[in-house]
Amino acid sequence: MHDESTRREFFGLAGGAAMLAVTLRPAEATPAMLASAIRNVVGTAPVQTGKVKLEIPPLVENGNTVPMTVSVASPMAPEDRVRSIHVFNEKNPQPNIGNFYLGPQAGRAQVSTRIRLADSQKVVAIARLSDDSFWSASVDVVVTLAACTEEVI
Amino acid sequence: MASALINVPAKAKRGDIIEIKTLMSHIMEPGYRHRASGETVPRDIITGFTCRFNGTEVFRADLFPAIAANPFITFFTTVTESGKFEFEWIGDKGFAETASASIAVE
Repeated sequence: MHDESTRREFFGLAGGAAMLAVTLRPAEATPAMLASAIRNVVGTAPVQTGKVKLEIPPLVENGNTVPMTVSVASPMAPEDRVRSIHVFNEKNPQPNIGNFYLGPQAGRAQVSTRIRLADSQKVVAIARLSDDSFWSASVDVVVTLAACTEEVI
Repeated sequence: MASALINVPAKAKRGDIIEIKTLMSHIMEPGYRHRASGETVPRDIITGFTCRFNGTEVFRADLFPAIAANPFITFFTTVTESGKFEFEWIGDKGFAETASASIAVE
């Protein structure tokens, strides 16, 4: 009986601590923020999976600088080309990573940069084609050392 | 001070697709870090990058705090004539830098 009550207390305390930990977590992009950031770009248009290739190492040691390449399968002809590429994340303090606008002479729909990831999370790339269709790819990335968004300096 | 590294091929054949690599030195302070005294370090990032060829925009990017320090961006373009690429970075606190590179197309 006594054992049971201490166990209950223990779980009660543990649950309380977990709740506290959750409420104390810093503001970060929730999947809802990710979804609304994507909606801001695509509007009500459907986003199809495919055509886009998002290259990020699946296991990242240092979230402060993560190489990323997005390429889109497209002939890049004047009437059928990629207009823009938008990259989003799930758990950084804000959901946008970058918007890249390709000119009509781009020739190849590919951009590379280095990004920051504050946590292990999903990264999403969306391409807008000249016919206003949207295509996407996403990658789950495991980050060992998070980018220093909360670090005291 | 801010400085740029640009990699553009010196020459190319007409119609070639060339890769352009750019790097601008910048802290890209995300605006979420705190000092020991508790105050937030204000955001200081590059927000925009543009590349023009002979005056026509060929590539543009909006950057966010999730871009790593010293933004490194590579992209492609087709060249059909000799000319000059002009690069421009703008950002918080009035940050504005430019760079240029020429290419000979035969």
